[in-house]
Amino acid sequence: MQSKKMDKPKILELRKIANEIRKQSVIITHRAQSGHPGGSLSEADILAALYFYKLRINPKNPNWEDRDRFVLSKGHASPGYYAALAMKGYFPMKELETFRKINSRLQGHPELKTPGVDFAGGSLGQGICFANGIAIAGKLDNKKYNVYVLIGDGESQEGAVWEAAMAAAHHKLDNLVVILDKNQVQETGKTKDVMNIDPAADKWKAFGFEVFDIDGHDMEKIVETLDKADNIKGKPVIIVANTIKGKGVSFMELNYKFHGKAPDDEQFKQAMEELKKNNT
Amino acid sequence: MEPKATREGYGDALVEVAKKYKNVVALDADLNDSTRSDYIKKVDPSRFISMGIAEQDMIGTAAGLAASGKIPFASTFAIFSERAFEFVRNIVSRNNLNVKIAGSHAGIFTGEDGKSAQAIEDISIYRTLPNMIVLQPCDYIETKKAVHALAAYHGPSFMRLLRNPLPVIHNENYKFEIGKGEILKKGEDAVIFATGTMVHESLAAAEILKKSKIDIYVVNIHTIKPIDEKLIISLAKKTNCVITAEDHNIIGGLGSAVAEVLGENYPCIMKRIGMEDKYGESGKPAELYEKYGLSAKHVAEKVREVVKRKKK
Repeated sequence: MQSKKMDKPKILELRKIANEIRKQSVIITHRAQSGHPGGSLSEADILAALYFYKLRINPKNPNWEDRDRFVLSKGHASPGYYAALAMKGYFPMKELETFRKINSRLQGHPELKTPGVDFAGGSLGQGICFANGIAIAGKLDNKKYNVYVLIGDGESQEGAVWEAAMAAAHHKLDNLVVILDKNQVQETGKTKDVMNIDPAADKWKAFGFEVFDIDGHDMEKIVETLDKADNIKGKPVIIVANTIKGKGVSFMELNYKFHGKAPDDEQFKQAMEELKKNNT
Repeated sequence: MEPKATREGYGDALVEVAKKYKNVVALDADLNDSTRSDYIKKVDPSRFISMGIAEQDMIGTAAGLAASGKIPFASTFAIFSERAFEFVRNIVSRNNLNVKIAGSHAGIFTGEDGKSAQAIEDISIYRTLPNMIVLQPCDYIETKKAVHALAAYHGPSFMRLLRNPLPVIHNENYKFEIGKGEILKKGEDAVIFATGTMVHESLAAAEILKKSKIDIYVVNIHTIKPIDEKLIISLAKKTNCVITAEDHNIIGGLGSAVAEVLGENYPCIMKRIGMEDKYGESGKPAELYEKYGLSAKHVAEKVREVVKRKKK
């Protein structure tokens, strides 16, 4: 399959969707006064491209067995994820108001009971292992689906990520696409200070992956790379998406304090103003 | 039938269930020669998934397979499965996924490999996980029946397997039911609830005790969770003297499970036989059972003591 040149209006639409995911992430965490805005803002462009361009899914039939799977391994970035799922139509937008509330389907970290959720994250380093299982099942059953798994750079410090990387290459899982949301910041500081994971792209290459190293906020590039990944045969793919934690909200950008902290009322107002300006 | 290890029953039964259910697959972390899980290759090599020495990844992958409609049996030594405990907790049991974990070489019965290989805490930790069921069959045939029952059951499980040959006390007509204890011998003075190897030691102890005119029930508890509460309470009421026997720490295992049931329903005189909060070492299984108080002779001695306490 040739990667098709994307038309401008579609890219603009996807950018708008990404910005809406960002707004919702801020609204959701502000309302709940808990949750993880930073990683939700960095992943927004990737989620927009996946849910509104790439994934073969059907919100009316969330468990369709031939669907592409999306595994959010960095489960703490649930605000952005829930926003994307609601916008795609898996559940009403109104339900986003129940995030992190008792009896809600929108738990702090995703649970399988939520329509559209394929993996229950929250504990890092587990998503690729799980995605490998789905990919192997797909191979055994001659299914055409792909498995997309989004991991974090802090998460890459977990040894299990590399166990799974080795296994994905060993089992030649070319129906697996790992996306690394390399947002440079984790809970207690910059990733390079807490535990350096670089040179990340070289490591994945050495583990047997086809590596695409891209700007994770460049919508055209994301879309084009997701299409390119379809053409890679015989080995798994990783898209190293270079992103900025807190992207789109100036005081959250690269600020580790907004990894797991909700904005207060003042910060909320400012964040929303900045995101509104971004609406183009 | 000649004595056979329960792990042999596991391997042989995997072949049978793989033929019966097209979705059964086996995963192993480079111990498939020991756990016998690679016997499944006889049915179809592609249904054996080699995971390398990476237990966490194996459990995560098994969970992904289960979420995609497969019936994965994931095996390694019981002790190394514990390395992936948090994966079992957060992916498998939390999501109630249909993953069958088999942990072989459990207990000091493992023998010469020593402390590092002898899991004595596996029953305890897996028992605490919601949705998980925990089994330990006591012979070759019971293991085969248990594998069939697990393949038909939907939900996460941990099954404890044993390295060395054990007498085969069941025959092919045996009806195995998850969650049901099995009375092997009736008695009056006391009841022993035993699991795994200790079923055999307890049967031998019952023979020894006959000479002292002590007549005991011997019950095989192959399912530690869900435990057969009804049977435990009814036999406690009959005998007022309960002993548990397991090749496992007395903290958290079968002894604790029985004590939990009786503490809330029918407190009575009780004695837990097992590893007394200490690790094993290298040696022949029989030597270790002698040294750590698990041999039939020791079991008989301990039963005598509790029966004496009851009569006071």
